[in-house]
Amino acid sequence: MRTQPIDRAAAALPAETRASVYDGSKSGYDKRTKVLFDHYADPDRLRELAGEVKQHVVENLDTYLPALEARLLANGAKVHWASTAEAACEAVHGIMKARGARKLVKAKTMVSEEIGLEDYLTKRGIESLETDLGEFIVQLDHDHPSHIIKPIMHKNRRQIAETFEKNGLGAYDDRPEEITRRARGFLRHKYLEADVGLTGANFVVAESGRVVVVTNEGNSRFCLAATRCHIVLVGIEKILPRDRDLGLFLNLLARSGTGQHLTVYNEFISGPRGAGQPDGPEEMHVILVDNGRTEVLATECRDILRCIRCGACLNVCPVYRQSGGHAYRSVYPGPVGAVLSPLLLGKRFPEKADLPKASSLCGACNEVCPVNIPIPDLLLRLRDRAHREGVPSPGTPPMGAWAILATQPVAWRSALLAGRAINYLPTALVPVPALRAWESKRTLPPWRGGEFRRWLKARRK
Amino acid sequence: MATCLCDAFHDDVAAATVEVLERLGCEVLFPEGQTCCGQPAFNGGDWSASRKVVRHAVSTFASPEPVVVPSGSCAAMLFHGARLAFEGQPDLGAVTALGNRTWELGDFIVNGLGIRSWPGRFDARLALHRSCHTRGTGSSDAVALLLGSIEGVRMVEFGEGEQCCGFGGTFSVSFPHVSGSMGALKLDHVRQASPDVLVSGDMGCLMHLGGIATKEGKPLRTMHVAQVLRDAVLAKP
Repeated sequence: MRTQPIDRAAAALPAETRASVYDGSKSGYDKRTKVLFDHYADPDRLRELAGEVKQHVVENLDTYLPALEARLLANGAKVHWASTAEAACEAVHGIMKARGARKLVKAKTMVSEEIGLEDYLTKRGIESLETDLGEFIVQLDHDHPSHIIKPIMHKNRRQIAETFEKNGLGAYDDRPEEITRRARGFLRHKYLEADVGLTGANFVVAESGRVVVVTNEGNSRFCLAATRCHIVLVGIEKILPRDRDLGLFLNLLARSGTGQHLTVYNEFISGPRGAGQPDGPEEMHVILVDNGRTEVLATECRDILRCIRCGACLNVCPVYRQSGGHAYRSVYPGPVGAVLSPLLLGKRFPEKADLPKASSLCGACNEVCPVNIPIPDLLLRLRDRAHREGVPSPGTPPMGAWAILATQPVAWRSALLAGRAINYLPTALVPVPALRAWESKRTLPPWRGGEFRRWLKARRK
Repeated sequence: MATCLCDAFHDDVAAATVEVLERLGCEVLFPEGQTCCGQPAFNGGDWSASRKVVRHAVSTFASPEPVVVPSGSCAAMLFHGARLAFEGQPDLGAVTALGNRTWELGDFIVNGLGIRSWPGRFDARLALHRSCHTRGTGSSDAVALLLGSIEGVRMVEFGEGEQCCGFGGTFSVSFPHVSGSMGALKLDHVRQASPDVLVSGDMGCLMHLGGIATKEGKPLRTMHVAQVLRDAVLAKP
């Protein structure tokens, strides 16, 4: 019996990993619920408002992008447009080459994962070091993040302590404080050696050209304090119209993502070091990355571009909790990834057309989304698209015969009676794969087709 | 609308629905030509097949009475899913009109008819599984209110109530491992509350959860809301 790739990945997931993913995502959800519902009478109104703001941005990118560019330039930043992953990597490399720079320190950015920056730079002899603790551990392991904001959700402290030991960061010690202390000791020197600091941006504000970066570890501040050149990698959908929108969005991002009132470090960067400013990078480059986003904008699923990458939908998703992030074979896993990842592939959509199937359509993702994205509706649209494009879908029962029965009442009533055969036949003899899949996990109640109609008729005589 | 699951497997739930509505003074019509709401193909991605079935439902339920369904899932298909599948179709208006007069049973009794308590007696500890397709609707609160008002009923809460049971229609057979694991986890939480009966307004969820419980060798008594309401006021035949 063929089943879906994510189902197979979930079945093969080690129990230890599943436990880490379950604990991490459940605690993320619980903290979010508490911090939102304890402080606001109607947090859903905040989500709806933020959703309207971002939808407005998404539908007016053609005016907001030039406005943003003008502000960035006026602030003294240089602006690069990257339509593909390759172009974005080239832009970073070009900036470094021009400065003769060999070493880069990086704060956490999912766009850098998306464009494959580390590989690109490593092949060109440039050292690119992750400074977010989770990303640092992922890098040591030559692994990939399994969650948007908690990249090592799939690991426990024992596995992390082993990684540190293997990489010469002291003898085995799995106390979180000790792991953090060692990472800090190692990274402090690296900041000082680096030529360039690279960050993402949680938001960029069109009216002010302000780049907003939030971290809980302060690592982005170190990246910027110690280097002469700051590169910002940002997706073109990360725009907010006005500075005052930040009050709403920083609030929702922290509460939805990590269950905090506010992230510990919130940086508002308005350009390179100005005259009279004592420190900060003297050069600032903002690389605006498209990489498939304008194609998403052209689809009926453009609402997904509202996403602010908080990870709340991953935390609450029962399928994510069972399968972990790597099962999605994508930089963006979970419900948001199941929509975004296949869409970002453009014409190569069929390669990941199975992801939108990995949902019971329970709607929990929509309920927690800080920008109120109707994720289940988008998953459904993509299922329809996959079907129209003829992408095979293992394990999904064919619906043609069912539709014929369900539009012909006489045939339907005959089938209700004929179905009784399954009460007498061993399942192995019934040529319906769906039935076998059902019975692999559950018993089937007796078939009683036609009984209700008979009862009703007798009652009405 | 009886739903295809009740038509094929759970006739007593459809019967209980009729008895409950009649007890409330409703005249219940049952259009014989009815089949299914169209959701299996809609969720499975075959929207063109789904639209055929929805069109059949629109013509079967053409008369203007409210359509009451003992399933939050089928009701949501008619008032939400079908609209999505019919965007840009010439008959979107008719589909929307059907959706606008479609009710999940509990929602209909409490928010449609204004009934806020239920007579009779039912001596049991009940755990209510709030099915996912009633999120954002009045159904779950309505059902909790009705059940909680019955003499003898004790409602018990269980952990992770917001989590899906894993049924998900075709999801249950195309993702049997994830679906089964979600169901087992749900049952763990339910059993910790040691209810006498697990109650829901959706037979899909109960067929799945009950089937897993039986397969695990630890059967759990499940009942549809309509059966509890009916049994509270009428002695079992």
